[in-house]
Amino acid sequence: MTMSASLSPGQSPDAPVAYRDDVVRWFMIAAVFWAVVGMLVGVLIAAQLTFPALNLGLPWTSFGRLRPVHTSGVIFAFGGSMLIGTSFYIVQRTCKARLFGGFAPVFVFWGYQFFIVMAALSYVLGGSQGKEYAEPEWYVDLWLAVVWVTYLVVFMGTIIKRKEPHIYVSLWYFLAFIVTIAVLHIVNNLAVPVSFFGTKSYSAFSGVQDAMTQWWYGHNAVGFFLTAGFLGMMYYFVPKQAERPIWSYRLSIVSFWSLIFVYIWAGPHHLHYTALPDWVQTLGMTFSIILWMPSWASMVNGIMTVSGRWDRLRTDPILRFLVVAVAFYGMSTFEGPLMSIRAVNGLSHYTDWTVGHVHSGALGWNAFISFGALYYLFPKLWGRKEIYSQAAIRLHFWLGTVGIVLYITAMWASGIMQGLMWRAYDSLGFLQYSFIETVAAMHPFYAIRTLGGLCFLTGTIIMAWNLWMTVKAGKPVEASPRPALQPAE
Amino acid sequence: MANIYSIHDALQKHSIKLLVGIVAAVSVGGLVEIAPLFLIESTIEKVDGMRPYTPLELAGRNIYIREGCYLCHSQQIRPFRDEVERYGPYSLAAESMYDHPFQWGSKRTGPDLARVGGKYSDDWHVRHLSNPQSVVPESVMPSYAFLATTPISGADIADHLKTLRVVGVPYTDDQIANATQDFAAQATPDGAPADFAARYAKASSRDFDGNPEQVTEMDALVAYLQMLGTLVDFPKIVPDADFNR
Repeated sequence: MTMSASLSPGQSPDAPVAYRDDVVRWFMIAAVFWAVVGMLVGVLIAAQLTFPALNLGLPWTSFGRLRPVHTSGVIFAFGGSMLIGTSFYIVQRTCKARLFGGFAPVFVFWGYQFFIVMAALSYVLGGSQGKEYAEPEWYVDLWLAVVWVTYLVVFMGTIIKRKEPHIYVSLWYFLAFIVTIAVLHIVNNLAVPVSFFGTKSYSAFSGVQDAMTQWWYGHNAVGFFLTAGFLGMMYYFVPKQAERPIWSYRLSIVSFWSLIFVYIWAGPHHLHYTALPDWVQTLGMTFSIILWMPSWASMVNGIMTVSGRWDRLRTDPILRFLVVAVAFYGMSTFEGPLMSIRAVNGLSHYTDWTVGHVHSGALGWNAFISFGALYYLFPKLWGRKEIYSQAAIRLHFWLGTVGIVLYITAMWASGIMQGLMWRAYDSLGFLQYSFIETVAAMHPFYAIRTLGGLCFLTGTIIMAWNLWMTVKAGKPVEASPRPALQPAE
Repeated sequence: MANIYSIHDALQKHSIKLLVGIVAAVSVGGLVEIAPLFLIESTIEKVDGMRPYTPLELAGRNIYIREGCYLCHSQQIRPFRDEVERYGPYSLAAESMYDHPFQWGSKRTGPDLARVGGKYSDDWHVRHLSNPQSVVPESVMPSYAFLATTPISGADIADHLKTLRVVGVPYTDDQIANATQDFAAQATPDGAPADFAARYAKASSRDFDGNPEQVTEMDALVAYLQMLGTLVDFPKIVPDADFNR
């Protein structure tokens, strides 16, 4: 069968290739570091909403400045380091080629970390440009654009010099992620700085056009950063850890092209019932519902890849992370289209339901698949036989799962309740609740959410310890300079 | 026959073709949804009363952006009975036409602010921003007391107006030339000179923060909050009129 080379990632080494894994190792360390930092800030701002005194009355510690630190920290710092690092690992294995570009990958690493630090510092010091998930100001944006284009060059350069005739499935997704994020980032951040030496700029677009551009960007940051990129990870690590080829190559083709084509249309569902023209809202809703199918096609492909290996879920906590991640991906990508229906959105928009939805995807899908990938990669990258403590992986899994369940159920309850309270009328035809009564009603759910976040953060810290111990005290693999080419344990 | 599999088979053996295919696939949706918004005239209704922000209001808006207020407060009232009763007439596209960037928001941890202008006194705003729980005990809002002690000069505000003119806000030469002076004039207790009122219709000038000694960030932010949603004269406009369809 001609497609067999593409079905099983890097299973058949012939001539040895000296892979470049130093940059991959750095990115993995950075990912673990930023996961802890980003989630710690998340727990802090969740606690601020429960007990506002924790804002401390200082400019630098208020919710409004720390919230972008949390979102950028987990999405761009943790998620981005995972994506770039794993893409460098996977592109080498599936192309049987050493990473292209000499110093360029090193620049991508340090350039990207510098971007994260600049962005986080600028938020805390009050330098946000006021667009959600695109908060960095123009000078940070320009820097990121340079780093990102270098990343694209390194990635494409490696594919171009590959020794495999086919480009493996994961690489389609990574390529779509890299190039689309470049386009989204540049267009949405078009702005004119007030002065060359100042930080402030004004967005090129205003009002309704700016809103549409922002949510075209915002939704596709989800679509291409948090979905396409992470599917690239899924299509490598799930087959590897399950030791099975991808269930259906054809399904991966259909779902890839339909996913990237359809996703880009879905942005307007963030703007239902606003001053955005109805025709755009309707288009956005329609494509969001269509998006359910390519999303589930990827989920089915991931889950079915494990078929015949289900027994391993009992014994292999790493596979458990990966499979539960795909399951959460399926749940979030069902919930998303549901919430994009205008009538449902009328209730859910502006409430915590949205926050819960984002976290079922971010914690359940993105973080869990990242944890699975980290547990897979650390022994391989540092030449260790296995992760230091299997029991600690199990504990991490259950702490993480309990954390997610607490978080999303609290947000469903508070979001739907608040939405219903806003629109409730009493028997005399007056609005039943003042706004502040709906805020007060949120308090117990905010407390539960904080607790859920704390569980999840604790699990992440246990993982950081476990990975550290794996590097420091793990048993080395006997005599193999290229451990990654061996079958997974 | 060319089906998706044969097309894909050709692309997935050639990296540049694959890249071009991806760019083509992801371009369509954005072009169809965004480009027409700049071209179709009815996207933004024709309404009377909209004007660019005064220098002081603009500085206040920049503080609003700096502090991330949009992360908890929307500025977009949806056309629902309960929202219109709670917040006022639903938001029109025209009302944010000079907003670079827009601040519609996506979350209401606190209430919508699209029409908060004039609903509370300046004194209420100052107390509320300084210590939200002192006026609304159940509030989860952070304290912004530091605004009242942070002076703001408006020395470079003319550059801001000039930059906004580059991106399409119709500031006049007169407005730019007098920007620094207007900035200070709007926050003085004696009221601004007549030519300020001529440059900015419906702009009110007073000492917003209750501290006539100096112009503070509190002055700017309260000036901004007090004008939100006040420009368009609602009983007079007909958003569903034929020319707006």
